[in-house]
Amino acid sequence: MIEVKKLSKTYSNGGVETQALVDVSFKVEKGEFVAIIGPSGSGKSTLMHILGALDKPTSGEYILNGKNVENMKKDELAEIRNKEIGFVFQSYNLLPRMSSLKNVMLPMAYGGIPKKERIKKAEKMLKVVGLEDKLRSVPNQLSGGQKQRVAIARALTMEPAIILADEPTGNLPTNQSNEIISLFEELNKNGHTVIIITHNDDIAKKARRVLTLVDGRIVSDQKNI
Amino acid sequence: MRLIEIFEESISVLKTNGMRTALSALGIIIGIGSVITLMTLGQASQQSVKNRIQSLGSNLLIVRPGAQRSGFLRGSASGNTTLKYSDAKAIEASQRINTIQKVAAEYSSRTQLVYGRNNTNIQVSGVTGEYFDSRNITLTVGSPITEQQNQNMEKVVVLGPTVVEDLFGTNVNPIGKSIRINGTSFTVVGVTKSKGSSGVGNSDDIAYVPLQTAQKVLFGVDYISTIYVTAKNDDLMEAAQNQLGFLLLELHNKATPSDADFTVSSQADILETATEVTSTFTTLLTGIAAISLIVGGIGIMNIMLVTVTERTMEIGLRMSLGAKSRTIITQFLTEAVVLTITGGMLGVLIGVGASTIITKAMSLPTAISYQSIVLSVVVSCLIGIIFGWYPAYKASKLQPIEALRYE
Ligand SMILES: Nc1ncnc2c1ncn2[C@@H]1O[C@H](COP(=O)(O)OP(=O)(O)OP(=O)(O)O)[C@@H](O)[C@H]1O
Ligand SMILES: [Mg+2]
Repeated sequence: MIEVKKLSKTYSNGGVETQALVDVSFKVEKGEFVAIIGPSGSGKSTLMHILGALDKPTSGEYILNGKNVENMKKDELAEIRNKEIGFVFQSYNLLPRMSSLKNVMLPMAYGGIPKKERIKKAEKMLKVVGLEDKLRSVPNQLSGGQKQRVAIARALTMEPAIILADEPTGNLPTNQSNEIISLFEELNKNGHTVIIITHNDDIAKKARRVLTLVDGRIVSDQKNI
Repeated sequence: MRLIEIFEESISVLKTNGMRTALSALGIIIGIGSVITLMTLGQASQQSVKNRIQSLGSNLLIVRPGAQRSGFLRGSASGNTTLKYSDAKAIEASQRINTIQKVAAEYSSRTQLVYGRNNTNIQVSGVTGEYFDSRNITLTVGSPITEQQNQNMEKVVVLGPTVVEDLFGTNVNPIGKSIRINGTSFTVVGVTKSKGSSGVGNSDDIAYVPLQTAQKVLFGVDYISTIYVTAKNDDLMEAAQNQLGFLLLELHNKATPSDADFTVSSQADILETATEVTSTFTTLLTGIAAISLIVGGIGIMNIMLVTVTERTMEIGLRMSLGAKSRTIITQFLTEAVVLTITGGMLGVLIGVGASTIITKAMSLPTAISYQSIVLSVVVSCLIGIIFGWYPAYKASKLQPIEALRYE
């Protein structure tokens, strides 16, 4: 389903080059639950953005469902971001002037889903993440954890085959974070491929496979039994 | 996303950013409103001066005594006695002049008119038979001064409407009544139609008598103040002006035009002099209007630029959720167009309203300047659209994650 070969990403800022990813290669099959761990600055988010078709690698290949992402047109990529991949950003990235409901409805608007259905679906998703009483709140009326849950609801509304989550529980207390994780586990059981970045060892243990990144390289690829 | 939805979304974005929307719209409204108002005012005052002068007659040449370089506006020719009734007759009789139609002579001076207990001190013009025709003066009742009356030095008078009101009051037919001018008794034979109180000299507050009556009976002079000559058509104005000039030089025994003791001015000369003042005024107003449009435009630009960062992040996010570049650009363009068109229409309304009120209050002709409407609306809309669309266009070229990080 997902395959990356010798993926590298180099940022150059005013002559200073940062190698965020170096020759990263791995494969993720359909239905897997993968955790990516590693110290801060090790390149986890960078990798995730490339997997989410939000960014391009400096070199290397990314093959998604048998197709090379490098060769895809812009509109094709937009389609993939809309329908194939649900992305939960580390910094939530909600539209500040829109209510939770509207934020969750946004991907469906671009997916061509009729408005009535959008509202229903968004309400349902917000209920799933426990925010049924915050439908009309705008992001700055929400706590960090609540914002994160809106972001998760938004990533799930198009029911994408792949869910990429960049520290989805980073701002949540343990009980809430457990709820979210069981949500991801459930999605995974229903056949969704889940890749999750985490600093939390408990979450990593729940994943069936753990990739460890250090300084932009994969240093271990472990299967939990 | 369907277009109607993009439209709805734009409206809702503009609404949620109420203050910012209002401010950018205000820039457009004030800019357009003031351009329209000021340009209309300028054109209206220019038009009003043109109207007044054109009401003199469109193919009229005016001969005045004295070497007045700037013609008409130098005003009163009192003290200048070089122009004689014989000059007018010679012009009329001349075989060499083939470009003219009518010749009328006038002598005017101020004096007292009395009827019963009422009296008024006004301009009394002695005129020849062609005068009313060549100056486009029409009557409401009675008949104009005729050449016959001039030859016979009859004591008849045609009054302006204001004079009638002053002497007889309203709703009185003065025809046949006898009034005293400068102590001599005159019979009223006509009343002129009102030309409105605006004018270089009030043409409603005037009395016309036969020229020779004025010269010999009333004022005891042998000269005249003006000769009015109408050219056969507008294209012959210059030729007529030259022919008149040379004939008069000869009659006055002057060798070169620089010795001339008279001035022949055409409608164009008069218009030029008179519009010089108003066009300076118009230029000034237009300048101020342009400045206000620029300031308005800068206001729009500023507000739009401030939103670029925020918008770029928004665009990055929308792209990361699956928006296509085309959809994004359409959305931003719609937003800008809705904003600028709404502001533009309000600006036009305000501008047209203000110019109508002001021109009415100043009793100027209300001629809304349509070029100014088109110009200012186009300029403001372009500014709005360019600065509304620019961040969308720029961001659509970026990777979503780069746009999200944009600062
Ligand atoms: N836009 C950028 N320009 C330059 N350098 C960048 C940029 N984004 C990330 N980096 C650098 O690339 C490296 C990897 O960053 P990345 O965000 O992928 O780390 P991370 O593993 O997600 O860290 P964290 O756990 O703190 O989120 C870091 O050294 C970072 O400074
Ligand atoms: Mg990160």
